[in-house]
Amino acid sequence: MDNERVDQVKVLAPTGMLGAGFPEATIERGLALGADVISVDGGSTDSGPHYLGASQPKTTRAAVARDLRVLLKAAAGAGIPLIVGSCGTSGTDSGVDWVAGIVADILAAEGLRLRVARIYSEQDTGALLERLDEGRIHPLPPLGPLEAETLQSCTHIVGAMGHEPIVAALQAGAQVVLAGRATDTAIAAAHPLMKGMPAGPTWHAAKIIECGGQCTSDPRSGGVLATIDADGFTIEPLDPTVACTPTLVAAHMLYETVNPFEMREPDGTLDVREAVYTALDDRTVRVEGSRFHVADQHTIKLEGARITGYETMSFSAIRDPRILADIDDWAALMRTMIRQRVAQTIGLGDDEYAFDLRLYGHNAILGHLDPAVGPPREVGVMLLVSAPDQSTATAVAKIANPLMLHLPTPDMDYLPSLAFATSPAEVERGPAYEFVLNHVVDTLTPTDMFRTEFEEASHHG
Amino acid sequence: MAETVPTTLGDLAYEVRSKNAGPFWVTMELFLRDADGYRIAADEAFLDEGTVARLYGVDEADVQIFRIPSLNVVKISFPRPVGQASLRDRDVHSGQHHVPLAVLPVPAT
Repeated sequence: MDNERVDQVKVLAPTGMLGAGFPEATIERGLALGADVISVDGGSTDSGPHYLGASQPKTTRAAVARDLRVLLKAAAGAGIPLIVGSCGTSGTDSGVDWVAGIVADILAAEGLRLRVARIYSEQDTGALLERLDEGRIHPLPPLGPLEAETLQSCTHIVGAMGHEPIVAALQAGAQVVLAGRATDTAIAAAHPLMKGMPAGPTWHAAKIIECGGQCTSDPRSGGVLATIDADGFTIEPLDPTVACTPTLVAAHMLYETVNPFEMREPDGTLDVREAVYTALDDRTVRVEGSRFHVADQHTIKLEGARITGYETMSFSAIRDPRILADIDDWAALMRTMIRQRVAQTIGLGDDEYAFDLRLYGHNAILGHLDPAVGPPREVGVMLLVSAPDQSTATAVAKIANPLMLHLPTPDMDYLPSLAFATSPAEVERGPAYEFVLNHVVDTLTPTDMFRTEFEEASHHG
Repeated sequence: MAETVPTTLGDLAYEVRSKNAGPFWVTMELFLRDADGYRIAADEAFLDEGTVARLYGVDEADVQIFRIPSLNVVKISFPRPVGQASLRDRDVHSGQHHVPLAVLPVPAT
């Protein structure tokens, strides 16, 4: 594709998450302003390990298809690339293929011919074990050194690519890049870096626009356009009635970051300590002074999830003030009774299953950290059971069912009846997962952990 | 005057928020209304790593505090005490964990 140097690159970020939606007019506006590339994030770890562990998307197909249809038509019409990162929420191979299938359907239906690249980021356990043996996998805080068995226990492992595999796909002629797991910023940084824009402003702009309109006065109005040049970048909302201000833009470095001044990417660290944010007018912000320190060792961060057990949930509720006045004692009695009844009926010891009893309306969210006191007006009682298999988890929840219906407080001499929310009360949640990797791999090259495949997605004509 | 309600950090801020910063960290921000509020919240004699450790039951050595006067922001990060979406995680996005910080009374002036 075109690799000629330019003075500036305009990146259109339509939304913080593919499938979240955006007004179609904002895309037209971005094209009219001269967008050179469209980049959109298709995933995140933020909603938990299930999506990686089970390799299932969080978003629904119809929502992803709606956004992609608008973006593919825009990209094809303007002759600019579309880059989608972390396809299918977790960026697993099946997540990439899921998005690729949706793209193929849209291209066929719209009669568009675009060259599509799929970049796979799922990692082979055997290859990672070799790197571990070589001492080339390192922990990030707060986790400790990686054990081989942890790698082997994961149902899926992905590596978060930097800009390099995306640049390689663009240079090979891709008009649509569907990336597996990528850093949130790499998808926006790839095209400007390929065009020779400086790393500091490029990575900083990519971080500011990764959540679409989050850095604007109305995040629900749509995305933003970042213009990156040799000295810095300029950012403006795509909705002309919405504003970016220096404070809003600077504050976005705080969002979901541990450290608001530095951000590690595969090939180095963005440093915004010296960045200066200036209002160009009442809705456009200029940022200069962002720096990027290239690392001695290029690294790829791993994400992996494994099954912790199978869960069954039951939900009842209490409105009687007499029970609510003693709700902590009631809950303590419930825990004791569940353990006794489970031991009596199926002979399971305390270490063979686990449960969490949550008192919604009392202190479910913060537990012992909750600063508030006083009796609640009503309480939802959630019993969440975890066991090595689904039938055991459900058996425990069913053994608890009469208690969830009739347990009195210790000093009541009759059996109350409590308010189940549904019938049956028990809901099987299937396997539950946990993230177990927060480690980086020293790479041999920036692209060798990723595999790229091309296809002409439309077979028309 | 009897029984005055103490001023809290939340009273001095236009927003107090918390969120995951990746699966293994929680981060929270105090957006103070003005420089006076910032001066109170940024005072290490009042709000330091030890205070945060006591509020959240975490190790003081793991707490990071960033004070940003240009934005009137105090930002606090520490490792998530409970694994995300695990059996005992009641706040998958860590989106409600700012409350103990927000209701912390500030020193009487």
